[in-house]
Amino acid sequence: MWNYIIRRLLWVPFLLLVVSFISFMLFRLGPGDPVLVILGNKYDPSSQSAQNLREELGLDKPLMVQFANYSVNFFQGDFGESYRYRGQSVRKLISAKMWISAQLSLAALVISTTIGIPLGFFIAHKQGGWQDPAIVTICLVVMSIPVMVFVPVLLWLLCLKNLWLPFWGGIPCSGWGGLFDQRIIVPALSMGLPGVAVFVRLMRASTLDVMKQDYIVTAHSKGLGPFVIDTRHVFRNAVIPIVTILSFSLAGLIGGAIITETIMGIPGIGRLAVQSVFDRDYPVIMAITLITAGFFAIANLLADITYALVDPRIRYR
Amino acid sequence: MTQNVKTEQEIKSFKTKGHIHRAFDRLIRKKLAVGCLVILGIIYLSGITVDWISPYGYTDQDYTQIRQSPNSSHWLGTDRAGRDVFTRVLWGIQNTLILTFVGMLTGGLILGVTMGLVSGYFGGYIDAIIQRTGEIVSSIPTFFLILIISATVRPRIIEFVRWVEDNSFLEGLVRGGIVDYFVISLSLVSFGWIGTARLVRGQILYLKETQFIDAARSIGVSTPNVLFRHLLPNAISPLIVTVTMGMGSMIGAEIFLSWIGLGIQPPRPSLGVMLWESGNISVIRTEPWLMFAPGSVAFLMVLAWNLLGDALNDVFNPRTY
Repeated sequence: MWNYIIRRLLWVPFLLLVVSFISFMLFRLGPGDPVLVILGNKYDPSSQSAQNLREELGLDKPLMVQFANYSVNFFQGDFGESYRYRGQSVRKLISAKMWISAQLSLAALVISTTIGIPLGFFIAHKQGGWQDPAIVTICLVVMSIPVMVFVPVLLWLLCLKNLWLPFWGGIPCSGWGGLFDQRIIVPALSMGLPGVAVFVRLMRASTLDVMKQDYIVTAHSKGLGPFVIDTRHVFRNAVIPIVTILSFSLAGLIGGAIITETIMGIPGIGRLAVQSVFDRDYPVIMAITLITAGFFAIANLLADITYALVDPRIRYR
Repeated sequence: MTQNVKTEQEIKSFKTKGHIHRAFDRLIRKKLAVGCLVILGIIYLSGITVDWISPYGYTDQDYTQIRQSPNSSHWLGTDRAGRDVFTRVLWGIQNTLILTFVGMLTGGLILGVTMGLVSGYFGGYIDAIIQRTGEIVSSIPTFFLILIISATVRPRIIEFVRWVEDNSFLEGLVRGGIVDYFVISLSLVSFGWIGTARLVRGQILYLKETQFIDAARSIGVSTPNVLFRHLLPNAISPLIVTVTMGMGSMIGAEIFLSWIGLGIQPPRPSLGVMLWESGNISVIRTEPWLMFAPGSVAFLMVLAWNLLGDALNDVFNPRTY
């Protein structure tokens, strides 16, 4: 087990290195000269000030040297300086926004799981009845609504039509006010409700699988009540596979929701990523990509480890 | 002994329905699945035949008819530039149709299946390389990946297409939007292959230990034949389910790219661009049809693929339902 964990942990830095190499090359070979981004297009790339800046940023060195410098700095926690917001370190810029996105996604995840897991457990017991296909279909319907349609419609429905949520000076319910602010309701719902389908289907499948096991039959035959069987035997075992998807969703916290954040004007990481792509703010995009990739790799590992911890039958070599 | 040997004629007449045929029989008994097939058929057919059925051109502007609500001459109304929404939605469907099918065929099927077959069958370091590559690509969130690829690769491709235009008799390629198609397909392919590759690999790992593969190899069937004639057909049912379910996310990704401004460029119509133009609350209040038309088409397409995938899952895995 420990052997396995160590081997997997050693893989993470290597993965980050490859991801950073790919994205570094994509951006360096991609369009736009960073110097021009900073100075503006009016400047002549061969002028003295441009040359000076180029030297200052280390862009005059060979690509491989630049990459090596970048990776060494990155692993020391220094992500460089933003091209767009001069003088701001990328680390500072990102960490604040990442925290906002994480809160938002956490709220969304809570919505998806608290609705999805019990619902999936419930319809597994109603297999063959009308509830089962009906609920699965409804969840799929909600999942299939494009987010760029879902958010404005939710806003219209909750804020304007029914006035359930307050309407702030002209801009309804948009912006960011923290986890316990009313403005989180619409974005959290728009991110959480489509996710319900994932948890419902997963929970339904794993509950059905568990209910067919021999130990459930044993529990029935020794006279345990249905409630005890459900809570102590079925639910506990059925929820194991959910752990896997849960840790991936946790990693998704950092990625944020590009679409929702853009529409709702939430200053999160997704919106920052889109802005940086258009602004050619390479250090910021690189840092976001690398951090999310790192989180995914670790989430992957966590999923496998928790899997083994919760279910002792699973062994890794 | 000789009496037991059947003639070739008898064997042919004995042939039963194939696996796919039986699955299809079960599928068309499901009303919901048939409904999905019909909806997809109608939407895609109107997208294919848009040249003949669209009442206006997609950039035709009529300044006397700006922001008209749906009426007899403009079935889905007109937008803020006086263009017919119905026509633009149809062209948008065509773009989505071409892009998602190209993305799925090249990425999901050709690349993904080949990778999965090779990595599952040969194992060893080839398997390790392919799987690790997939892991690296999938560690970058999908939307980031397509964002980065389309942003960085687009200017290179524009340059290349310009060069082709200058050095050949082909003209109007850039204006015709071939760059957009290329960039979007590339971004869709970049993540589309991983799911199918993993799925096929898993199936192959299990199937290659079975006796009929041993038998095939022992009578000297060549490796490509073993892969494509013996292994692949046995892995086909989960593949169909995955591809069907993947179409929904492909459509979503395509719409996202045009929506964010990296896909199809206006004024050429696409569902994503139309949703971007109409995706705010003031449009919903004053001209709801601008959002309703492209939004409901996108929704119906994704929904139909998702429900179809669900039905196919039931059909191919009777165990779970």
